[in-house]
Amino acid sequence: MLDISVAYSRFRFIGQEFLTWLWYLISTGGYTDILDKDSNISLALGDRMVLENRHSKDIEIITIKGTQADMKEGVVALTKGALVAELGLVIHVDDQPWKLILKGENLGMTNLKTPATGHPETAEDLEGAVLEKAYLYETAFNITEQLYYTFIKQRISNDWDNQIKTNIKNWIKK
Amino acid sequence: MGILSSSTSVVRYRVNGKIKEPLLDTIAHGLIKHRISEIDNNSEDKTSGWTSFKNPYLADFSGSSFIYDPYVVFSLRIDKKSIPPKTIQKQYVTEISRRLANNDRTYISRHEKKEIKDRIITSLGMRIPATPNIYDVIWFPEKSTLWFFSTLKSANEEVESLFLKSFSLSIIRLFPYTQAFYMEGFSDREKDKLNNLSPSNFAASRINDRLSDNDFGPAGGGTRESPSE
Repeated sequence: MLDISVAYSRFRFIGQEFLTWLWYLISTGGYTDILDKDSNISLALGDRMVLENRHSKDIEIITIKGTQADMKEGVVALTKGALVAELGLVIHVDDQPWKLILKGENLGMTNLKTPATGHPETAEDLEGAVLEKAYLYETAFNITEQLYYTFIKQRISNDWDNQIKTNIKNWIKK
Repeated sequence: MGILSSSTSVVRYRVNGKIKEPLLDTIAHGLIKHRISEIDNNSEDKTSGWTSFKNPYLADFSGSSFIYDPYVVFSLRIDKKSIPPKTIQKQYVTEISRRLANNDRTYISRHEKKEIKDRIITSLGMRIPATPNIYDVIWFPEKSTLWFFSTLKSANEEVESLFLKSFSLSIIRLFPYTQAFYMEGFSDREKDKLNNLSPSNFAASRINDRLSDNDFGPAGGGTRESPSE
């Protein structure tokens, strides 16, 4: 295994490519082949996306916000060489919503909202509330891990250069 | 922004190594040994340590209160005193003026000025209460995973160092490389491929022509892809 601090900056691009791939997957519906088919899981873009273009002299940051946000600007940024640095994601499992923002640099999650749970009224309720929340967090982590696992498997396979990258480029062009 | 908040932030870690048995005793010992100490009545300006999730203002770990089977749940508390600079400046200028007037002097040496400032900061530090910041931790020993409910760099650095001191186990942040490296189901050959990945380029061909003349991506030393790709 490489030195942690070296690996952090050297492979920063992997997280951004993952989020770009995830956007492609959501737009084309390709994620349904990856996620557990027994659970009723659907993915959608959230109301925030940040793209980063490190190809120009100065780093270019494009932020798209709002529920009615038009992602066309994001696609234009992709054509210019940008990658997704932060992606708002909405996960539905059996119609229950999870919302979060995934950061490409470190796969950290911010603004993570699980389906609503009751507030503990007594000390006895607290344990149940913590276990329920932990279960809900784990559900979101498992789904993002499943997606990331598939991405890495594809990324290190020959299919990436032979097919997947071309598919993503074609999706951007459309 | 903790476990039970309606909206939270979380960083995931992998716990490296096996905790010493008996598990409960080792965890209780680590938490108690490095629990938060109060600094409200002394001159220290910062302290950090573990505290109870149930009541973060009373670091009580009695009766295995940190066990939420199968999880271990506790919090990191970082207390900081912050003295407004203008308060220091007011007292400093007042004291300088008083000394000059009382001793009929025209100047005060740099050494004396520093001594005055230090004494004022110490004195104010004794009187100003520390502001607590609380960050929740969920540790799943069975799966060697830990979730830390903050993305703040300073808080993450603190939890990493305190965890090592308390339990003699390091925690490794799961960022893109480590997450992939520690996932099950990858052969050594695949891990080698991971170590040698270089950035892909999804840009349109016309842009590629321009980009191919530039340094490519943040990976440093990454392989350029030909514009025809």
